[in-house]
Amino acid sequence: MKNREILFKMENVKAYYKLEEVTVKAVDDVSLEIFEDEVIGIVGESGSGKTTLSNVISMNIMKPLTLVEGKVFLKINGEFEEISSMSREEVKKKFWGKEITIVPQAAMNALMPTIKMSKYIEHLAQSHGIDKNELLSKAEKRFEEVGLDPLWLKRYPFELSGGMKQRAVIAIATILNPVLLIVDEPTSALDVVNQKIFLKVLMQMKKMGIVKSIVFITHDIATVRQIADRMVVMYAGKIAEISPIEEIVQKPLHPYTQGLLNSVLTPEPEIRKRGITTIPGAPPNLVNPPSGCRFHPRCSYAMDICKEKVPPLKEIEKNRKVACFLYMEERK
Amino acid sequence: MSRLVVENLTKVFSLGFFSRRYIKAVNNISFDIKEGEIVSLVGESGSGKTTTAKMILRLIPPTSGRILFEGKDIWKDIKSQEALRDFRRKVHAVFQDPFASYNPFYPVERTLWQAVNLLEKSPSNKKEALELIKESLVRVGIDPKDILGKYPHQISGGQKQRVMIARCWILKPLLIIADEPTSMVDASSRGGIIQLLEELREEQGTSIMFITHDLGLAYYVSDNIFVMKDGEIVERGHPDKVVLEPTHEYSKLLVGSIPKLYRKLEGL
Repeated sequence: MKNREILFKMENVKAYYKLEEVTVKAVDDVSLEIFEDEVIGIVGESGSGKTTLSNVISMNIMKPLTLVEGKVFLKINGEFEEISSMSREEVKKKFWGKEITIVPQAAMNALMPTIKMSKYIEHLAQSHGIDKNELLSKAEKRFEEVGLDPLWLKRYPFELSGGMKQRAVIAIATILNPVLLIVDEPTSALDVVNQKIFLKVLMQMKKMGIVKSIVFITHDIATVRQIADRMVVMYAGKIAEISPIEEIVQKPLHPYTQGLLNSVLTPEPEIRKRGITTIPGAPPNLVNPPSGCRFHPRCSYAMDICKEKVPPLKEIEKNRKVACFLYMEERK
Repeated sequence: MSRLVVENLTKVFSLGFFSRRYIKAVNNISFDIKEGEIVSLVGESGSGKTTTAKMILRLIPPTSGRILFEGKDIWKDIKSQEALRDFRRKVHAVFQDPFASYNPFYPVERTLWQAVNLLEKSPSNKKEALELIKESLVRVGIDPKDILGKYPHQISGGQKQRVMIARCWILKPLLIIADEPTSMVDASSRGGIIQLLEELREEQGTSIMFITHDLGLAYYVSDNIFVMKDGEIVERGHPDKVVLEPTHEYSKLLVGSIPKLYRKLEGL
């Protein structure tokens, strides 16, 4: 990690879905920093709070999601601005598209089949008060950069294949050169050949400086491993482990990370040798999560303290943080 | 001895009413599966792998070619209802979508009762049959209490797939065709399903054919892999050969595109 300048940070964020009768603690006491010039991968099972976390990062907070506690900062022109103190409308107007952009899950399926691709650019120009033709010529260039013929701008989404649509979406999303790009499960619906092309486009954008940092959300660890500098493992609304990618793949610390890595099935001799294991049980309901460490009912190393106290996320090796009592003094 | 032999199998679908178009879904493929062997048919959607499986399961007839099961041509030598019942007993399928394999109006165990009734020597009374069902559920790691009397919507996808495998413990088939058996269950229960199928092979000598697009799964479980593309088998052999030294352009592209855990892809 060459550059350790912080681009974004959140402190002790609690974001809950407040429903009529229950509260779902989707993101519970999470602190996270994103550095400049890095790709950070966020992994976890369905329902672990990955997507909610991405909504907090971009301050896309709409009822029933509520920011209960914590602060979110984004560096703008060298200064940290507390975006959590602004309203969603304000953040949207000031920063979305220009500073921070989110490509939600299945965004490519949200393209209206009967609206031409160029129309989306025109909408964008209108909402940001930019000259339409200027943005259209920029879009042509950007389409070429992601490996699409600019002719496709004049076509309808249904004429594009899945892989092409996903690239078109990323081209449109980054047209104002946002500093921070968040992509949520962008490769899950693509076949492996198109997945690789998409990852290539993403890395190309970072190299060219179109975007500075990327948050890549997925359940597919092998994909994250290909492009990320650091990996964040989420479990039941909390961060279990944050670590540089090589180190976490070689030596996962948190028992949940170990279980997750051991369930990965890729065509490699190492996998055939080690076999696959399963994590017993199922992820907890976040309305009423388990006491102490939320992983303790499924953990084979669980100790008494795990049932009583919540393990803090602590740096136990250089750049490696883990929330597990196995690595802490209190265990005795 | 080969349990299943597929010789020059071809399936042509014709489309259209006035102007007929022909699609060769499966084009002249041959392979065999030995006793206790696990093989995988790998390919993308539209490569013809499911059509092949359907012909082996005797669900759709081939256009040409032969399928020999235990030495008998399944499309020519099975003439009576009894012979067909016998074939259904010996060749079993586990499908991709555990949700579609159950009728939502009946309890889950109905599918196990059906399996019991298909047995050559059905248990003499209901009590014995129930014991057999309970035993099969225990074999697949389910507490019978959790399943008996429940309806499909009350149990998880992983459990549903396990109950499908419990059927295999009742019938003890010689060949199982497993069409994407793990693609709709959570990653954390996937390993369990694979282990159950492997146990069947260890204890019963069952031959298993996986139909999948997941080369990682195929590499992990198989003794032999067949890679299909546009209805043809373009690469075949031991998993190490297919995955580590692919020769056909398509398998090279496929292997080169799959994200790995312990190595980085080239060209990113």
